[in-house]
Amino acid sequence: MASATHLSATPAPLGPLALLREGTIAGIARRRALLGYLFLIPTIFGILTFTAGPVLVSLGLSFFKWDVFSSPVFTGLDNYQRFLHDQQALTSFGNTLKFVVMAVTVQICLALFLALSIQRITNRLLRYYFRTAFFLPILMSGASVSITIAYLFNKDFGVVNYYLSFLHIARIPWLTSSSWALITIVIAAVWHNVGFTLILFIGGLAGISQEVLEAADLDGARGWQRLRWVTLPLLSPTIFFAAVTGVIGALQVFDEPYVMTRGGPGDASRSAVMVVYQSAFQQQELGYGSTVVVILFILIMLVTLIQFVGSRRWVFYQ
Amino acid sequence: MATTNSPIVPTLQSNVPRPQGIAALRGRIGQRFDRRLQIGVLLLISFIMLAPFVWVLATSLRTPAQSFSLPPQWIPVNPDFSNYQQVFVKIPFWNQFLNSAIITLSIVLGQLFTAALAGYAFAHLKFPGKNLLFYLVLATLMIPLQATIIPVFMLISQFKLNDTLFSLILPALPTAFGTFLLRQYFMQIPKEYEESAMIDGANQWQIFFRIYFPLVTPGLAILSVLAFNAYWNEFFRPLIFMSTKAHFPIPLGLFDLQGYMGTGSISVVLAGIVLSMIPVLIVYIFGQRYLIEGLMAGGLKG
Repeated sequence: MASATHLSATPAPLGPLALLREGTIAGIARRRALLGYLFLIPTIFGILTFTAGPVLVSLGLSFFKWDVFSSPVFTGLDNYQRFLHDQQALTSFGNTLKFVVMAVTVQICLALFLALSIQRITNRLLRYYFRTAFFLPILMSGASVSITIAYLFNKDFGVVNYYLSFLHIARIPWLTSSSWALITIVIAAVWHNVGFTLILFIGGLAGISQEVLEAADLDGARGWQRLRWVTLPLLSPTIFFAAVTGVIGALQVFDEPYVMTRGGPGDASRSAVMVVYQSAFQQQELGYGSTVVVILFILIMLVTLIQFVGSRRWVFYQ
Repeated sequence: MATTNSPIVPTLQSNVPRPQGIAALRGRIGQRFDRRLQIGVLLLISFIMLAPFVWVLATSLRTPAQSFSLPPQWIPVNPDFSNYQQVFVKIPFWNQFLNSAIITLSIVLGQLFTAALAGYAFAHLKFPGKNLLFYLVLATLMIPLQATIIPVFMLISQFKLNDTLFSLILPALPTAFGTFLLRQYFMQIPKEYEESAMIDGANQWQIFFRIYFPLVTPGLAILSVLAFNAYWNEFFRPLIFMSTKAHFPIPLGLFDLQGYMGTGSISVVLAGIVLSMIPVLIVYIFGQRYLIEGLMAGGLKG
């Protein structure tokens, strides 16, 4: 490394420490590199230990049968085969997909409607009120939201059924009927999360230049046309972001079904992650639990990929 | 598009038909009515959104025996604060509150630390493999928590950290999201700051801590609010790692409380929910400016 340019007058001694010697450009570069790695150690070490490493371990575990007490037994693809015949797991995955479609669609449509309406309000105080009011549910924990919604939608004592009775609607078994349980969980999830999507859309709408909107007006576009042909396409990247993150989050739903119904009645509201939880931590089957998790992970990646591919047709980037 | 400095006023072109006379008046009144209707609908929806909060607050002030009786009392007539006392009696709520506080504050401070260091490194330091490392870190954002939870549980058990606060804090210290977020903010600071600081003789650490770190305050605020909200309200990990009631953080504690309260005296559980929301509300009130601005700006980047 004698080719390093020396800024000091005295010749540098050879050896590894010369690389760090003050004043040499190579020395500075190396110290910089070391500093870069130093700054990264907590994050990289943490991610390897708690995220990247564990995923690989989970993948490996999915090929074993292990109940913590005895040693793990290699079983190859047995767990995966078991999954294909596991009615409860299959139903749960089906429920999760239904939940995703319902929750994300409702959440995005509602947030869109609210954002478009709020955007037209000129009074600052009123806008602040709406933004805050709709964002507040996010501050509640999923468990608290679930407890609250469960009380409100209780079949016999719940407030919702009480007011519905004024409309001569019979008491709906929100959480005790297999047809309604999933819907109630969707309601809870949407109430909980719509504020986040709303703020995202308000920001996206604010980014659309006034000039473009007015040009549309001058061309004679009525409100609805302007929405469909100008506003929505310009907002599509934001909608896409909301859809992708919404779907990824919804596929992992756990708190709401677990707290509200424990997956019941039967398996009507059991979610995929609930199956993971009960296999690994209640039935002491770490191998099978890992298998279900790997399958879920693959599902998440697949759905996200499909969304990205599909986005070419409807997302419009300027 | 020609840009002028005049305020953007739509200039009317003659080929756009405009209603005249009474029709114009009706049009304008129609617009105002339309706008009022929209505001009305929005208000209605906002009341429905807020209704659960009001109900929780109001019912937490009713006596347990009355808590489920109908019609619901939206405005508490005889506020009964005994429920708030009961929360501390039925479960070790004070312990749980402290647990939540310790866990959340440790995680938030820890994340600010790790993410600032890493974000700064990715933004301004030079080292081989920087881009590759960054994309790897980013890729881990796609990994769901549940895919890591079983091995992490095994790891924690190996070190006998089960049922301790460490089991929740340590795995949450590194944050790919926070690193990404702060890197974006650090990248917006021009290099000139660093150069002039080096001329003044500052070393690398001082450049980072004294100059760049204070300049990313909005990013730090956003990360703090989001992380505080996420970890204060966490349920899944505590459910898995904690087994002693006194070690529960609040969401788990409330769930447990609800478990054996059934539908008998929900007002106590609701009091607990109200209490649990106070810290998050405070953090939100202080950080909302940064959070809302950040979320709104984030929507623009495709």
